[in-house]
Amino acid sequence: MTKIKSLNDLRAIKASVEAKMNLRERSDAPEKLVQVKVAMATCGIASGAKAIMDFMVNELDKRQIPAVVSQTGCMGYCFAEPTIEVTVPGKEPIVFGYVNEKKADQIIEKYIKNGELVEGIIPVNYESIESK
Amino acid sequence: MATFKMHLLVCGGTGCRASESENLFHNLRTGIIQKGLENDVQVLTTGCFGFCEKGPIVKVLPDNTFYTMVKPEDAGEIIEEHIIKGRKVQRLLYVNPLTSEKVEDSKHMGFYRKQLRIALRNCGFIDPENIDEYIARDGYAALGTCLTEMTPEQVIELMKKSGLRGRGGGGFPTGLKWEITRASKADQKYVVCNADEGDPGAFMDRSILEGDPHSVIEAMAICGYCIEATKGLVYIRAEYPLAIERLKIAIKQAREYGLLGKDILGTGFDFDIELRYGAGAFVCGEETALIHSMEGFRGEPTVKPPFPSVSGYNGKPTNVNNVETFANVPVIINRGAEWFASIGTEKSKGTKVFALAGKINNVGLIEVPMGITLREVIYEIGGGIKEGKKFKAVQTGGPSGGCLTEKHLDTPIDYDNLIAAGSMMGSGGMIVMDEDDCMVSIAKFYLDFTVEESCGKCAPCRIGNKRLNEILEKICKGEGSMEDIALLRNLSNVVKDTSLCGLGQTSPNPVLSTLDNFYDEYLAHVNERKCPSGQCKALLQYWIEPENCVGCTACARNCPVNAIAGERKGVHIIDQATCIKCGACMEKCKFNAVFIK
Repeated sequence: MTKIKSLNDLRAIKASVEAKMNLRERSDAPEKLVQVKVAMATCGIASGAKAIMDFMVNELDKRQIPAVVSQTGCMGYCFAEPTIEVTVPGKEPIVFGYVNEKKADQIIEKYIKNGELVEGIIPVNYESIESK
Repeated sequence: MATFKMHLLVCGGTGCRASESENLFHNLRTGIIQKGLENDVQVLTTGCFGFCEKGPIVKVLPDNTFYTMVKPEDAGEIIEEHIIKGRKVQRLLYVNPLTSEKVEDSKHMGFYRKQLRIALRNCGFIDPENIDEYIARDGYAALGTCLTEMTPEQVIELMKKSGLRGRGGGGFPTGLKWEITRASKADQKYVVCNADEGDPGAFMDRSILEGDPHSVIEAMAICGYCIEATKGLVYIRAEYPLAIERLKIAIKQAREYGLLGKDILGTGFDFDIELRYGAGAFVCGEETALIHSMEGFRGEPTVKPPFPSVSGYNGKPTNVNNVETFANVPVIINRGAEWFASIGTEKSKGTKVFALAGKINNVGLIEVPMGITLREVIYEIGGGIKEGKKFKAVQTGGPSGGCLTEKHLDTPIDYDNLIAAGSMMGSGGMIVMDEDDCMVSIAKFYLDFTVEESCGKCAPCRIGNKRLNEILEKICKGEGSMEDIALLRNLSNVVKDTSLCGLGQTSPNPVLSTLDNFYDEYLAHVNERKCPSGQCKALLQYWIEPENCVGCTACARNCPVNAIAGERKGVHIIDQATCIKCGACMEKCKFNAVFIK
């Protein structure tokens, strides 16, 4: 890694990563990439989030769906772990709770491939600082 | 396979189910099939929308129409009008209670603004092990601004103006703390992050460190710049392995980028962070005990003053802030003091993260603006009490706090209101209790905890809490007297007034607040030898109702201590002297013949 020597260096990194992040922030980006975020705090991991993350990475690859699977912190829905958030390009992110391998398989086959929702959706109930 | 053009989401949470959402779901699905729309419109049930008060809820995608209080017989109208003709069913739309206007879609509903994520802004959004993602979300921009465009005095002034107060529980103004530490002159000063989260049921600091470790690192560097410290220390309990791992990765990445270390951003400012592990003692959340533990001594508090801001770690001026406090700092600098001060109440600004636990449907982590009411937190965000039971109390502030009851449900939550109500903010644990919880046992549970965690340095806390615990045990066993209740209150006040540190000064709070709010439960234990919620085993007796007993022998066969006698097809009897009150007979009886007296 190169060192960041000034505020301008920092801004350059921000700009370069922003494009990638924007994809996650605004799902109407042109790239046809599916974003999957797996909540991996202690609560998620204890309920099997690691296995679900592996499953998503392997299966999306196997089924040739271009996607980015990343880990993230606690989404706050500890009662419904493991939880994953799926953003299909052009659509609002959707959070699925109680995800096991069977549910993950359904999410890939039904939601990601066909836009058909599957049971276990958790309505998002908070506001982020961007909108404030 | 078909691609659906529309989705109907029907809430399948407990509250909505109780109001017939299953029938509604069934009616919608059959209605769609009757109209031949099953390939265009998908109907499905979801988790709780958290809006149980107005259930059942139906949400229509993609237009985000939010229907409330929908009855099973409304299904036909929704299909006919909304789905086929494209006209929203006006009478089912949510009405804003303040303006009496109908709200067309959920994006404009005030309810979804009840949670606002500032400290948790990146939690559950970015990859905590990737510094680039943090930078992309304005990470380290606040540090950059401070180092290049602001003097330490200006930063401190901004923090003071924002009104941020310590999120560890005490609520001391953060800007003022920084100013005091800055004023202490020394060759070396320290920034300490208190990540020793000890309240039972609280896990917000852990979640921040696991989900967004860079926000804490950045804020510590900013604090270092303000107080002229070059060293930061994070005191974290060893029982948080994942938080430690993520924090280590984050520190390593920040060093590689030169955002920690020497000459940060070419400004000549040096700052680096090290970790110090605690063994998980509750008292080490107290700042003087924490500092002693970091120095390698026993985790015992000392008398203040001198405050750590004058003489702390290794005798040098030390600024101790909590994880959540730090996590707020970068946002305040990026967005300005006025923005932050516009959120919350007059004396408590911004938001607070709470860990919702206990008998509540949506156990989890929430962040709400200060001034929200307990009712909104429990019923709207938390989804209400489990299994539709009755709300009894909520414990805030952990073992140092007290319980809030039904009469406090509409009190706006902030530092000062909670103290006035006999509790405190604490670090943000919120344990919800329902009608089945015995308040005397709850007080004893917290006393068990403080007796265990007391460091033993001062007598009131070491001996006084032990005696309090013994009296509570006596009452729970049905051996208490009215004198015991009077003694309980007296001794509580003595422990409160004479203990050395915050642990002892607050440990009788659960006793005092249950005495104030649930005095009748204490009376029932003492006078009638009864536990109204049926929790205190010593006060229970299992009996068999002769009229209901058919003599199936199920209870006798399952009793682990052979306390039940009776012939086959004859009435059974429990021998009270042998019974250990395990409840197995009651569980096994299919005829409701076993009851508690």
